[in-house]
Amino acid sequence: MATEPQGGLTEYIQHHLHHNTVQLGNGPFMSIHLDSLVVSFALGLLFCLWFWLKARKATSGVPSKGQAFVELIVEFVDTQVKDTFHGDRRTVTPLALSIFMWVTFMNTMDLLPLDAPGMAIRAMGGAEMAHHTFFRWVPTADINTTIGLALCVFFIVIGHGMKAKGTLGFGKELVTAPFHAHNPIVRLVLVPANLGLNIIEYLSKPVSLAMRLFGNMYGGELVFMLIAGLFAGWISFLPGVLFNTAWAIFHILIILLQAFIFMMLTIVYIATAHEHH
Amino acid sequence: MNLVELVAHVQGLTAIAIGIIIGLGALGACLGIAIMGSKFLESAARQPELVPLLQGRMFLLAGLIDAAFIIGLAVALLFAFSNPLIAALKVAVGG
Repeated sequence: MATEPQGGLTEYIQHHLHHNTVQLGNGPFMSIHLDSLVVSFALGLLFCLWFWLKARKATSGVPSKGQAFVELIVEFVDTQVKDTFHGDRRTVTPLALSIFMWVTFMNTMDLLPLDAPGMAIRAMGGAEMAHHTFFRWVPTADINTTIGLALCVFFIVIGHGMKAKGTLGFGKELVTAPFHAHNPIVRLVLVPANLGLNIIEYLSKPVSLAMRLFGNMYGGELVFMLIAGLFAGWISFLPGVLFNTAWAIFHILIILLQAFIFMMLTIVYIATAHEHH
Repeated sequence: MNLVELVAHVQGLTAIAIGIIIGLGALGACLGIAIMGSKFLESAARQPELVPLLQGRMFLLAGLIDAAFIIGLAVALLFAFSNPLIAALKVAVGG
């Protein structure tokens, strides 16, 4: 097409926005992003293995440096849960810890070189294969991953609400809060408004959770692509390294902050699900 | 109108939209961060013993305030580099 520049920056970025997709059936819904799935499950396994090994060898005596680090993370998360959620937190702290560590791991993939998978494929299968094989290894820059995580949190929050108030109590609160009334007729009139507001409130939670994490990681990844694409070539190698380093250092803050926010909001949602109106 | 003119039209409007998305988003995020930062410094000067508690919450809120802007930035960059509107136009024209 003559109207659009071929090659160069635009093509470089478009090439890097493709996922490694496997088609299972008809339509865009039946396709799987293999790269996001493989990387996220591998990172989840890595997290489990790391913490399991440290927990198995834990001593009450003088802890090793590795054990002290793991204890630091667990205690940090547990303190956050204790401050926000007042109740039995035997299942809430592990949930918050898994979310925090898993999201941190997946976000940290952003700091690894963007073109490393492409270069590995080029080294193994040649340039032609590298051009047709797509691989994005930041799972949280894929909206499917973040929506999956947010949906799990959504169902866990509803489960906590049902457990704390009973299924009937939870259903009753859907139609009687936030507008209260003592007169039974007025109460009946307020049912549609209450139900509508509650449905919107419940649905906005996973959407905002997923979009926040996805938007931050996708934006960060695009800036890395932009820097890498703009500074491609041998003359601009050094400025490219400097710009990438500067953005990466700033990005460390975003990586940890977004994982922390995802964890904190999960805890806050669970805590509000336990509150009686 | 031929395809070149149509594409140029869409690209021009997209460029304006990108400017508005990033500009207004940055304006809002900067004002939010500035107000929160000034309040944080005020309260830190008034009660220095609360600084560790407030600092954590300030970073949490900074992330929340920044989020909408960064989502807007991601959408704007998507429109800048792989404009879905032009792809739809090409499908419609059959090119």
